[in-house]
Amino acid sequence: MADQVESLVEHGNIWFPDAAGSMATKVDFLYSVTMWVSVVIFVAMFLVGLYFVIKYKRSAINQKAESHVTDNVRLELAWSFIPFVLLMILFAWSFRDYLDLVIAPPDAQEIKVVAKKWLWEVEYPELNMKALNEIVVPVSTPIKLTMTATDVLHSLFIPNFRVKRDIIPNRYSTLWFEAIKPGVFQLFCTEFCGDGHSEMIGIVRVLSEPDYQEWLLAGSEDESIPLDELGKKLYVSKACNTCHSIDGTDMVGPTWKGLFNSDRNLQSGEVVTADDNYIRESIVYPQVKLVSGYQPVMPAYAGLLSDRDIDGIIAYIKTLK
Amino acid sequence: MGDHSNSNVSFYKASSGIKSWLYTLDHKRIGLMYLGLILLGFLVGGLMATLLRFELLSPEKLLLTAKQYNQVFTLHGAVMVFLFVIPSIPAAFGNFLLPLQIGAKDVAFPRLNLLSLYIYFLGALMMVAAIFMGSVDTGWTFYTPYSISSDTSVVMTVLGAFVLGFSSILTGVNFIATIHKMRAPGMTWFKMPLFCWSLYATAIIQVLATPVLAITLLLLALERLIGVGIFDPALGGDPVLFEHFFWFYSHPAVYIMILPAMGVMNELVTTFCKKNIFGYRLIAYSSIAIAAISFVVWGHHLFVSGQSYFANMLFSLITFLVAIPSAIKVFNWLATMYKGSISITAPFLYFLWFLFMFSVGGFTGVVLGSLSLDVHLHDTYYVVAHFHYVMMGGVVMAFLGALHYWWPKMTGKLYNEPMAKFAAVLIFIGFNWVFFVQFLMGSKGMPRRYYTYLDQFQPYHIISTIGSWVLLAAFLLVAYIFIRSLRKGEPAPNNPWGGLTLEWHISSPPTLENFEKIPVIKHDPYDYERMPIP
Ligand code: HEC
Ligand SMILES: [Cu+2]
Ligand SMILES: [Cu+2]
Repeated sequence: MADQVESLVEHGNIWFPDAAGSMATKVDFLYSVTMWVSVVIFVAMFLVGLYFVIKYKRSAINQKAESHVTDNVRLELAWSFIPFVLLMILFAWSFRDYLDLVIAPPDAQEIKVVAKKWLWEVEYPELNMKALNEIVVPVSTPIKLTMTATDVLHSLFIPNFRVKRDIIPNRYSTLWFEAIKPGVFQLFCTEFCGDGHSEMIGIVRVLSEPDYQEWLLAGSEDESIPLDELGKKLYVSKACNTCHSIDGTDMVGPTWKGLFNSDRNLQSGEVVTADDNYIRESIVYPQVKLVSGYQPVMPAYAGLLSDRDIDGIIAYIKTLK
Repeated sequence: MGDHSNSNVSFYKASSGIKSWLYTLDHKRIGLMYLGLILLGFLVGGLMATLLRFELLSPEKLLLTAKQYNQVFTLHGAVMVFLFVIPSIPAAFGNFLLPLQIGAKDVAFPRLNLLSLYIYFLGALMMVAAIFMGSVDTGWTFYTPYSISSDTSVVMTVLGAFVLGFSSILTGVNFIATIHKMRAPGMTWFKMPLFCWSLYATAIIQVLATPVLAITLLLLALERLIGVGIFDPALGGDPVLFEHFFWFYSHPAVYIMILPAMGVMNELVTTFCKKNIFGYRLIAYSSIAIAAISFVVWGHHLFVSGQSYFANMLFSLITFLVAIPSAIKVFNWLATMYKGSISITAPFLYFLWFLFMFSVGGFTGVVLGSLSLDVHLHDTYYVVAHFHYVMMGGVVMAFLGALHYWWPKMTGKLYNEPMAKFAAVLIFIGFNWVFFVQFLMGSKGMPRRYYTYLDQFQPYHIISTIGSWVLLAAFLLVAYIFIRSLRKGEPAPNNPWGGLTLEWHISSPPTLENFEKIPVIKHDPYDYERMPIP
């Protein structure tokens, strides 16, 4: 199972990242056609302009224009009508592709996505599983994401598939894609949503059919690894790292370095010791005890982390002295 | 000022003292004061842009935190749009030149004109106040519900933009009345310089569209202050409605910005080719066509917002239609150069830069108007590059062209032409250096408004940032050239370029009354064949 996220820059051509979605080649093709037609027209205009500037450059101060023609109906009709025709072709073509791009096939497999500051909650209704910042899908299967947001606008963008859709609180938006090859692909938030907007990124893991079956059997969790290593993995995979540092830098949330057993000043004025219970509560119900000097922006992880996960994170925090 | 006894002295000398400026009703002085404030706005917005580009040298923190970065890009956008680009050409050059070009002594409502300057000043002050009251971090688009929940001073900024809107409306009303009522005898609609046509089309949009922005911003302020629940989904409101309202103004606003720039282009091409404009009527009509169509394309900003497929189809179609009049203008300018007597001066270089960059902006705009392509490109750096090519490559180039072209008329001083040409070349290089690479990184998938980014995008960002230093140096050079001209420039003749429109018939700088006696118009404005060059 490849773990490396595919580079957008190194793969693909100089315009686009690698085409990994079923619609991507269509989009790229239309782009190339539009671009090359534009380039030809642009270069033609450029050369005409350049020729005029050189040819008709004023050489004597009082030199007059050679001709004073101000109208040429045929010419003007031509340069109104030809762009019109070209644009209408582009319009019809892009609209046809667009419909394919946005209307999901009826048999698409459904995955639910909840976007919140600044992470993606992914839920597989048929599998009864939840995950964060990672969407796992089988290759060559149409997938339909049903998405909503809990706070502000977000937008889900997967460059390799050429798909994007805004996500709006109190509404469902949908987006569909079909991966044409296995790999790990980048996923971005593209609607500005505040301090962590540029870190609200995730991945789409496309698995071959056998790998996917294996993934289904394994479930999402690995029982064998030691607690503190599990915590270390979760720190990244559950997006704690978008707000908490482990090296002492202050980010949206307090650093975890030296957190365990230290005295915490709460907004209520109380001072408490950061023991196991405090940390557990801070993760599950973060709004109950707010650390002074920070905004109440941490999402509640109740239901998103298993007991073992939480134990893992606590064990990991203990190692950060 | 009531004293007109000496009608031969320039409007600078007609009266003196600070009060003679603060209370002036003279359109020329008002135009100049606008120019000063607008240039100040451009300086502030430009320095912010340089700061943003610097921060983007690395995905790590260099100078700004994420929040500060978000505040700076918001202010860069808001300052550039509301304080610089929207008022730039109409309020500064329009005020100074509209009466001169139509042979009038002033605009129709001089007092209203002064009022709109003061309102602009008030709005600008409110925006500055907002910076010190916690700044804003919502993006200049103020999308809800983020703008409702943000802890920055959104209300103050939004009210600042609200106030600025009134200045824009009043200027628009004033220009419409002026153009209808104050044209010199004999100047029929089709004998009017095309710059005035473009101001007319712009004024119509200003008057019709700005109130919508005003209402939207007011509702947003109310939403924050008392929670009326129109846009806030937590109260059952609809954030997409806000996007519609916002773009219902802000798309036409794009044409408020670009139309006057196109107007300037007509003046530059005729004067520096010594030739009548090709297709006068087509250009005039296409200004009006653009103004009209611009009201019904706003939905192209919402292609991925969840707008219905049918609406998307219509907006895409109409967006393509608005490209046609713009293309026609470009072809007409090219045709005007045919068999002209072309003099390559600094302002004419800016004319050429506009042609080049506006075309790039136009072609990429067509790409973005295509539904299936926009889904991928929306909210990436491709869009950032596209609108900078239109706004900066278009409007700012025309603005610079206008500044060089009318500088001798406005100040009575000449500037150093070889140096100005050199600066113009530097601007061209710097601009393309900064922005061209942004198309590439955008289509590769780099989202906009990102404080940090994947390491793989760093080479693109570094190239762009180095370009921003070239561009900064070029602008500083331009500033130096004009400051030097003010201090040491030689006196300008009345008609340094051999222009035909009325402002070149009068002294540089003009007298308070502009014209000794109101001219009577018999010729087309750019009729180099029959009219003697004054
Ligand atoms: C959106 C940003 C954000 C994310 C994501 C986030 N937190 Fe927090 N967290 C905060 C903020 C802000 C605070 C301080 C305010 C508070 O107490 O809620 C905080 C506080 C805490 C505290 C108490 C720290 C102290 O100094 O007393 C713990 C423990 C914690 N978070 C754990 C986690 C874990 C575990 C995760 C990932 C599963 C996580 N956080 C994800 C923002 C975040
Ligand atoms: Cu976001
Ligand atoms: Cu628009």
